[in-house]
Amino acid sequence: MNKQALPLFEVFIRSKRGLDHRHVGSLHAEDPEQALDYARDVYLRRSEGVSIWVVRSANITASQESDVGSFYDPMDDKPYRHATHYKLPKEVDNM
Amino acid sequence: MTDKPRGIDPRMAGFNEKVANDQRIEPKDWMPDAFRKTVLRQMSQHAHSEVIGMQPEGTWITRAPSLHRKVVLLAKVQDEGGHGLYLYSAAETLGTSREEMENALHEGRAKYASIFNYPALSWADAVAIGWLVDGAAIVNQVSLQRTSYGPYSRAMIRICKEESFHQRQGYEATMVLARGSKEQRAMAQDALNRWWWPSLMMFGPHDSESAHSGQSMEWKLKRESNDVLRQRFIDQTVPQAEFIGLTIPDPDLKWNEECGHYDFGEIDWDEFKQVISGNGPCNKQRLAHHIRAAEDGRWVRDAMHAHAQKQNKREVA
Repeated sequence: MNKQALPLFEVFIRSKRGLDHRHVGSLHAEDPEQALDYARDVYLRRSEGVSIWVVRSANITASQESDVGSFYDPMDDKPYRHATHYKLPKEVDNM
Repeated sequence: MTDKPRGIDPRMAGFNEKVANDQRIEPKDWMPDAFRKTVLRQMSQHAHSEVIGMQPEGTWITRAPSLHRKVVLLAKVQDEGGHGLYLYSAAETLGTSREEMENALHEGRAKYASIFNYPALSWADAVAIGWLVDGAAIVNQVSLQRTSYGPYSRAMIRICKEESFHQRQGYEATMVLARGSKEQRAMAQDALNRWWWPSLMMFGPHDSESAHSGQSMEWKLKRESNDVLRQRFIDQTVPQAEFIGLTIPDPDLKWNEECGHYDFGEIDWDEFKQVISGNGPCNKQRLAHHIRAAEDGRWVRDAMHAHAQKQNKREVA
């Protein structure tokens, strides 16, 4: 049996009801159910969460570091998307 | 099912306990059907409001008085589309589909905020919407950040972060008009006259008349009552109007020293009922536009689907 062949899963934990699941790490497993078991054994040893998501790493489509320009550049010249762009007198500034 | 234990369903007890302890209910949790139905109704109505709400201001994007005002309005209307997306996605965690929600809207089975059935007649209206309508929405949404359904609460937190810009740009542009020429000032006052009362109606009927309020408060879906939220909006908005020399169109409006709030006149609930039941000035137009936009965009979705299929075929080959 070749352990290297086991697919990689990304693990996400919801630390508390009401919060988003957050990425905590990854692990190898045969299938999603086994990945859940492993994730519980590894990442939830000290009540770190109330819910686990596992997803095959191969199913994640990610942007590349080199794409960063095209994702973020156009926003720098759009300061009007921010609340702080609108200067109001101090009497009404609490808005 | 004859050997079902007597007394309260243990799943119901678990649900009640979570709610009582201010815990959020998450999508995979068991929840009573009535709760699921109510959250779904509220979230789909909220999502539809964001999207239909793009229309009154949207008509002013090409006619805004300067390039700056155009890009600001465009950015705001784009945000509203995004807010619709957050809310539709949150609603989909309950097992419904986007298509089903859209069909319900088109067939008149789902509602949206009645205020968007009023027209934005002038540029002053377009910016009064930001100040008043977004202002009222923020009061409601800040409260809903603590709603008991997790995905709804998280969508509200995200939306509130973005809303402040909407209200500030509206108020700032109203301030420019109010401090401008006599005609500009009159435009700003006229917009306030027409948008004030519909804004107050956004909070819904009085608590004593509200059909769903009691149960929603018990479930902590709603955290504060319609009347409490409406009063908060009035208390914060009246000084904003006074500061720029505009007059709130309510002869009964008066500061009540004793309770520390403004007293205000009675809302025209007949008008509210008329607009909600489809007889507002723009109900038909809003829905027709939404349906037309969906139809006009169909070729784009078809083309994208055809492209994806072609790519898949290539990968398989």
